[in-house]
Amino acid sequence: MTELLNKGVGRRAVLGAGLAGVSMLAMPSILRAQDKSLKVGVYGGYFKDSFDKNIFPDFTKATGIAIEAVAEPTGEAWLVQLDQAAKAGQAPADVSMMSQVSMLKGQATDLWAPLDVAKIPNASNLIDRFVNKYPDGRVAGIGAVSWYITLVTNTDVFKEAPTSWEALWDPANTDKLGLLALVSNSFLLEVTAKTYLGGTNALDTEEGIQKAFDKLAEVKPNVRLWYRDEAQFEQALKSGEIPMGQYYHDVTGLAAADGNPVRSTFPKEGGIQDSGCWALSRASTKVEEAHVFIDYMSQPSIQAILSRKVGTSPTVKRELTDLTDAEFAAVSSDIDPIIPRYDLYQTKSDWLNQKWTELIVG
Amino acid sequence: MRREAPQKIGDYAPLFFPAMMLIVFFVVPFATMIAVSFFQRQQGGFYVPAFELSNYQRFLSLFFANVLGFSLMLAVTVAICCIVLAVPFTYLLTRMARKVQIAWLVALLSVLSLSEVIIGFAWSTLFSRTAGITNLLVMAGIMSEAKALLPSFGAVLTGMVYQAFPYTVLVLYPALVRLDPTLTEAARTLGASPIKAFFTVVVPALRNTITATLIMVFIFALGSYLLPQLLGRPQHWTLSVLITDQAIYQSNMPFAAAMAVFLVLVTLGLVALTVIAGRKGEAA
Repeated sequence: MTELLNKGVGRRAVLGAGLAGVSMLAMPSILRAQDKSLKVGVYGGYFKDSFDKNIFPDFTKATGIAIEAVAEPTGEAWLVQLDQAAKAGQAPADVSMMSQVSMLKGQATDLWAPLDVAKIPNASNLIDRFVNKYPDGRVAGIGAVSWYITLVTNTDVFKEAPTSWEALWDPANTDKLGLLALVSNSFLLEVTAKTYLGGTNALDTEEGIQKAFDKLAEVKPNVRLWYRDEAQFEQALKSGEIPMGQYYHDVTGLAAADGNPVRSTFPKEGGIQDSGCWALSRASTKVEEAHVFIDYMSQPSIQAILSRKVGTSPTVKRELTDLTDAEFAAVSSDIDPIIPRYDLYQTKSDWLNQKWTELIVG
Repeated sequence: MRREAPQKIGDYAPLFFPAMMLIVFFVVPFATMIAVSFFQRQQGGFYVPAFELSNYQRFLSLFFANVLGFSLMLAVTVAICCIVLAVPFTYLLTRMARKVQIAWLVALLSVLSLSEVIIGFAWSTLFSRTAGITNLLVMAGIMSEAKALLPSFGAVLTGMVYQAFPYTVLVLYPALVRLDPTLTEAARTLGASPIKAFFTVVVPALRNTITATLIMVFIFALGSYLLPQLLGRPQHWTLSVLITDQAIYQSNMPFAAAMAVFLVLVTLGLVALTVIAGRKGEAA
């Protein structure tokens, strides 16, 4: 009986292994069937779906390069995967959309292949800060999309829109705010510095950062919810349960368009502008295709499509796009933005994280 | 029927599969975690293999001691609440008709099919000012104005007890079903009231089961990281929340691993203490 059983298992295992082997051999030939292709990493979910629908098919039509979209996990997991794969000479994606902190961390290990701007003529359309450079001047990444985090309010509770981030500190707003829970995604130190300390340069020194933390501590009694999960705050904002906070400008605009009593305001100090870059893994062999792709994505017309369909703010100069005032206002603003101090989250991340956690938990 | 001691290596074959599963899904990941907890964190990068104690050093501070203390206190409170509610509940359940029992057990099992996310969001709606249960109290004229019951410790505790309660009942149920009904009958014959019989006969007879269930719920509650975030304020965040922050958002795997190892050690220590105390109590 046991003998019979063993034989059965053995045969099945051989069959299984054979099948796996055949399919592995078959796969490269499937890939080879495409003349030119490029694997592009995009944040999974909403971003990937929107790009698959609105951007990639037109790109393939225009250039003949097939796109294989790869869903990136959030956080820095993707950076870790790219880095470890590159060490083994592999590229799970050729071009990836990366956060600014991930760009800096990738620079530290020379993960990003330097881009040749001569092959990306449309790069000249970009706003300067969206060209991500190595300290020695090589180009590490090109701005892909940007988005704003602004001051949002429930219109039933706040009849008048607030005009300044100072509203977060207003004693009248006790227990009314919803703020992002992490130092590295709320960017509240920058907001504090711009609102009260004369600008984000105040964060250059540890004393300056300490001052910002001290000022930020005064916000604590006003905060009802420190959220990691966006849905939780969005729901509470719509119902008026938590009538004020920081949230994504475009998503708030969509919620308002759906008839919810919410509004997004660019305070006079500016909204927080975060962004993602296209970056090429040094292990990629598709250097030519990658340059074609990044150049295509940097066209003002494509950036305008992204603004209309995906809700991102253009990384190219506004006057180059054909966005109407209303379309532009739906995703962006001419008020000088608060640009996060990404460098701090690379060089001082543990210290900042510890101080921040002690501030909000303690 | 006499069971033969295993003679050949083949006789151990039935053990291979579970042993392999245990190695692949428990021993290897846990050993990796312990190893990583000694690795060196590269700030602004990842980590490199090394042997250093700095991750544990960082953990040994008043701040983390407080968080750890709160997490343990919360888990113990959840375990005690669950036992206090579930022992009488299950006892009464086992006395009911078969059909009623099945209906209750199916209802409890369906609670288990809810994810932590759904439980968290459901309770945050129930405790909200705009749509919560206080509105019903206002309608009934008991309260003058609807108010939010969260974020608060009570909300976290309620959510976690709700989540752990079905497990507690399901673990207690077999022991209570098998409990000899003649024991309580004897107590009643000797003049004990039903409540007295429950506390002097049923509870002591189930002491080991209750201890085991207490430990199980405690460990279950200790791992909770979503409900404290959804229903509590930052001071109600458990150590598991901070571990998640370090692992996922700070990519500080060594520190996250060190905290997790510490949490496991403290948990094992507490469980061992409980078991030893239980044995001593029995011997006395």
